[in-house]
Amino acid sequence: MTALRRYPVLVALVIAALFMVLPFLIVAINAIKSPAEYSEHGPLSLPRGFYFDGIKDFWERVDFGQKLINSVLISGFVAIGAAVLSVLNAYAIGIGRIRGRTWVLAFFVLANMLPQEALVYPIYYLSKQAGLYDTRLSVIIVFTVVQAAFGTYLLSSVLGQFPREIIEAARIDGANKWQVLWRIVVPVSRPTIGVLLVFFFIWTWNEFLLPLVMLISNDNQTVSVALGVLQGQRLMDATMTNAAALLGVLPAIVFFLVFQRTLTRGIAVGAVK
Amino acid sequence: MTVTVERGGRVIHKQHEVRHPRRPRNSYALFLLPGFLAFLAVVVVPFLMNTGVSFTDWQGVGSPKWSGPANYRELMDDSEFWASFRHSLFMVVAMAAIPTVIGLVLAAALFDFVGKHFGTRTAAVLRACFYLPQVLPIAVAGIVWSWILAPDNGSLNELLKAVGLGSWQQDWLGDPDIALYSVMGVMVWVQIGFPLVVFMAGLQRVDPQLYEAAELDGAGWWRRFWHITLPQIRPEIYVVLLWCTIAALKVFGAVYVLTKGGPGGATDVPSYFSFTTFFEKTQVGYGAAISTVLTVIILVLALIGLTLQTRAEDAEEGIRA
Repeated sequence: MTALRRYPVLVALVIAALFMVLPFLIVAINAIKSPAEYSEHGPLSLPRGFYFDGIKDFWERVDFGQKLINSVLISGFVAIGAAVLSVLNAYAIGIGRIRGRTWVLAFFVLANMLPQEALVYPIYYLSKQAGLYDTRLSVIIVFTVVQAAFGTYLLSSVLGQFPREIIEAARIDGANKWQVLWRIVVPVSRPTIGVLLVFFFIWTWNEFLLPLVMLISNDNQTVSVALGVLQGQRLMDATMTNAAALLGVLPAIVFFLVFQRTLTRGIAVGAVK
Repeated sequence: MTVTVERGGRVIHKQHEVRHPRRPRNSYALFLLPGFLAFLAVVVVPFLMNTGVSFTDWQGVGSPKWSGPANYRELMDDSEFWASFRHSLFMVVAMAAIPTVIGLVLAAALFDFVGKHFGTRTAAVLRACFYLPQVLPIAVAGIVWSWILAPDNGSLNELLKAVGLGSWQQDWLGDPDIALYSVMGVMVWVQIGFPLVVFMAGLQRVDPQLYEAAELDGAGWWRRFWHITLPQIRPEIYVVLLWCTIAALKVFGAVYVLTKGGPGGATDVPSYFSFTTFFEKTQVGYGAAISTVLTVIILVLALIGLTLQTRAEDAEEGIRA
């Protein structure tokens, strides 16, 4: 193909890609403008200096540090808990090949597709009864289980292909099932489990409906919920909105850069299985 | 029975489970116990409760009053309910149909055009740009877009004015005739990275010789796309369509942050409708009925999708064998 025909396609793709990231750029340039500059020159002008007071004000006003801690705690515990639960389930299904495993697996797949709307009110009601309403623990418990549904499904099919000779050799050497799981199956499956940890963390970080319902006090809210509620109240001016958006976008970009390879590889694995 | 295993030059003889044949197999079920109990408490019991409540009249306090199928009968005559499901179809277009089509073209272009002529590194960077919105919390995407689409001083309106298209300015999220399309546009932006990444991964399975043979036979890019790419990654297309359709039916956060279902219910969707019925109107029985209908639709779609997928896989294996 000639260069003349090659470049227009590339240029079109680059423009499309720029359009995808443009909203992020607009947010970034407006978050560092002062309110006066914003009202004078509008959203499209380039900033004439750095104005960090908007971000600082917003940080202090919503106690953003606390929100970050809450999000990290909840997402971290969920990622680990859901991975452990997925490993246990998948060990029984993929390697143990328990009777009726097709049905058990179908159950997990359907549980994964269930809309949270069909669970949210009873969970809200039961957690009130159990004294867990408005605690981070309640959200951790619920998402550990919800995310484990996907993990079980993915890991079961991966473990279904696990070389059986290795397991049988270990069993013959006298290892019990528990030892085989932790000393052989888990170390060998580490790449898949790593993908699951990253996915669970980011998915939980981004969850909205259940945390919105379950976490009402300021001290317990996650980043997503705090920002979503503020936006819903329509009380923010333009500079504050941009500070909020920038602070919300930054963690996502950090995760993205850190986990890019795991993410794209993981989606491929998840979709084909 | 004696098993002989050779390891590191040593020969080990072991007595092998003669005394209790067949039994150990089932003890793996014990590993399922924690998962089973957790799912019972967090998924099964709440789901059954929700289904039960949908047949009652309940305000969330006191005890629910049995009302049989009254809630469902009321739903059938509720124009708000029908409107919310109609909007769901728009969401399916925005989150499943459009992203799949664009994702296919983009994936093919990035994979066998940019990847081949400009290097896989360029393709990976472009792919990352398209995928970025997927890792963004939907609440944050909503803040970004509601500010861009704001009627006064919003970036989109300012941009239109700057390029001399001032008459195209709109109250993108506030005009009942336009709001749904604006939300759809945002969802396309959010969703497009998912099919793209899945399709690009799928393309790596395709035998390059197929393309070379077709190219030698004089097939252009478009014909290769149609006759090789599409059939080869059909499994991925099924999966993406199924997952995205279900995601579209579940949309909540975007609507909550962008429009709160407004203006005047113009962007209401079933999940948002059930949320407000539960927590704002506290008609818990009615809210439960809405979410049960949504659940049934999603589960039926999932079952059809999974059956089709399994059948397609079986058929392919049949051809190969």
